[in-house]
Amino acid sequence: MITAVQISQLLQSAIVFGTVIMFGALGEILTQKSGNLNLGVPGIMYLGGIAGLATAYAYEGSTENPNGFVAVLLSFGAAFLASALGGLLYSFLTITLRANQNVTGLTLTIFGNGLANFFGGILNQIAGGVGQVSVRTTSDAYRRAITHNISMGHIGSVFFSYGFMAYLAIVIAIVLFVFLNRTRMGLNLRAVGENPATADAAGINVTRYKYLATCIGAGITGLGGLYYTMDYIKGTWTTDGTIEALGWLAVALVIFATWRPLNAIWGAYLFGLLYWTYLYIPGLTRSSQELFKMLPYIVTIVVLLFVSMRKKREDQPPASLGLSYFREER
Amino acid sequence: MDRLNKNREPFLRIAKRTDITPFRVYATRIIAVLLSLVVSGIFIFAVTKLNPVDVYKSLFAGAFGTKRRFWVTIRDTMMLLCIALGLAPAFKMRFWNIGAEGQVLIGGIVTAGLMRSLGSSLPLPVLLVLMAAGSFLGGAVWGAIPAFFKAFWNANETLFTLMMNYVAIQLTSYCVALWENPFGSNSVGIINQKTKAGWFPAIFGQQNTLNVIIVLLLTVAMFLYLKSSKQGFEIAVVGSSEKTARYVGINVKAVMIRTVALSGAICGIAGFIAVAGASHTISTSTAGGQGFTAIIVAWLAKFNPFIMVVISLLLVSLQKGATQIASQFNLNDYASSVITGIILFFILGSEFFIRFRLIVRGKKENSKGGAKA
Repeated sequence: MITAVQISQLLQSAIVFGTVIMFGALGEILTQKSGNLNLGVPGIMYLGGIAGLATAYAYEGSTENPNGFVAVLLSFGAAFLASALGGLLYSFLTITLRANQNVTGLTLTIFGNGLANFFGGILNQIAGGVGQVSVRTTSDAYRRAITHNISMGHIGSVFFSYGFMAYLAIVIAIVLFVFLNRTRMGLNLRAVGENPATADAAGINVTRYKYLATCIGAGITGLGGLYYTMDYIKGTWTTDGTIEALGWLAVALVIFATWRPLNAIWGAYLFGLLYWTYLYIPGLTRSSQELFKMLPYIVTIVVLLFVSMRKKREDQPPASLGLSYFREER
Repeated sequence: MDRLNKNREPFLRIAKRTDITPFRVYATRIIAVLLSLVVSGIFIFAVTKLNPVDVYKSLFAGAFGTKRRFWVTIRDTMMLLCIALGLAPAFKMRFWNIGAEGQVLIGGIVTAGLMRSLGSSLPLPVLLVLMAAGSFLGGAVWGAIPAFFKAFWNANETLFTLMMNYVAIQLTSYCVALWENPFGSNSVGIINQKTKAGWFPAIFGQQNTLNVIIVLLLTVAMFLYLKSSKQGFEIAVVGSSEKTARYVGINVKAVMIRTVALSGAICGIAGFIAVAGASHTISTSTAGGQGFTAIIVAWLAKFNPFIMVVISLLLVSLQKGATQIASQFNLNDYASSVITGIILFFILGSEFFIRFRLIVRGKKENSKGGAKA
């Protein structure tokens, strides 16, 4: 039988897992709303993860008594910046040089994956061997539950046992929702993603919107990588390709959420549940567990098919998604 | 640059090139590759302090230095090329098949399964044909599923094929756990290590000759298929305009499903080659990201199979060279992905200077030039 403790544990692991991909998906929603289909999500998450880890490692090595708050501030900033730079590279190639978006995004994934694992490997080497790098202080600061001094029951720990980034993800989702639906800038951005030529004619600076949305979106996506390295694997580095798998799952979540930030919140947790369910189903062999891990992808495919068969206008991707805009081309 | 400035012309303007000589196209690309080599050299220099000339020497030695390395480079080039060949017809039809990774794995699973179960009971030629046919079919089905939904309900194929990759990866994990050997190792191990049943036979004393033969034949066949066959023509028409295709009486849905099935099938064959002709095992890294790299190869070659040969060879030999340097300096293999990324970024950027020209303020509109970089 499944006990209350188990349910509480399952929910907690689902939420931690979901937070990683929620960051990835939220950044990508912002990016895609500008009409840029950035398939570099895994690469950007890698960049965010390694930049945060390397900064924290350098900081912890440079002082006798590393301060958790400073460490968080530095690594957070570095992760956001590095990921936004990845977004800038993508923007320059696709917006200014009008390179194909799919191909550029995939290249960014290859590049980010390579760069992060290359330097992650070096960090491990400096620290003494495979899996040796560790930033205890920083990771503890990230993982400190926001209400650590209140005693919590099973229900309390489902809601309050996480580091600040789990809540930050929800805040970003809400801010993004308000921005995209209630502000002029947000509506302008959506106009750019739907029909850049019309937006241009209405006096909206298409290039600026696309650049900003893509870079900030990449920054948010990168936070997913940061959360993964600092919280999920506790401030270490492994080159097992998990971030890449999670990155693609984040892209899946964008579709699953039908480009709505608020849907991404529960969608992310649902993906987390689906991913971890196999641990709680009795009688599974090791091989059939692997089949269960397919669930998030299968569910996404089903949603994609459902959405395209139903053809409801609000559920469709931004109309000019994946196309580069050239004003003189009519 | 965007808001129209009424008072003066912007400093730089962009205009589409209408005429460009093939010489200029290739010159631009070669400059891009050279620039990317310089940047890669700087990267390698930064982490190894190897002097720049030695960097390139070691790169070359890493890829072609010994007979073994030479053949590994050739073998992996053929693998990448085979996947890119598979993707070409789909891309030419403007169908973004991002699912090569999964299609390769499906081909690999079928091959490994047949190799394990029938390895001892069938003669080699029969087994090889059977494995090839099986992986061809497996890949075709894996490709046809997203194509079917795209054709009938316009489901976004980029995202669908992407998801299919991970379904295939989990399916591979499932098979690996199922076929585990020895028990507890979480890998399939080398299949038929003693009997070598189902392995590509050595031809002219070389284990990988058959890989080269199959893929080069496919290259020529794909070139002819796209250029001179009726189906190739249909693909081109659907790719340039679906409406035109419908108007001239092409059954767009059928062409779409057939083409992507073919695309998946050839990727399946790549899986067959990877398992029976190279690794003799199956794991989630059998495709190893080549499915994604091949997308870029096919795109950059503008679907010309012979240009794909060149790009694949360039990428793989640089990867092999970088891997070799990395192991010399006790660094890890990921250096090669960094270099692949750098090269691809440059080639992607260079396309701009082929398609567009920059006009500097004050210059004549129809001046021939256009800055290069």
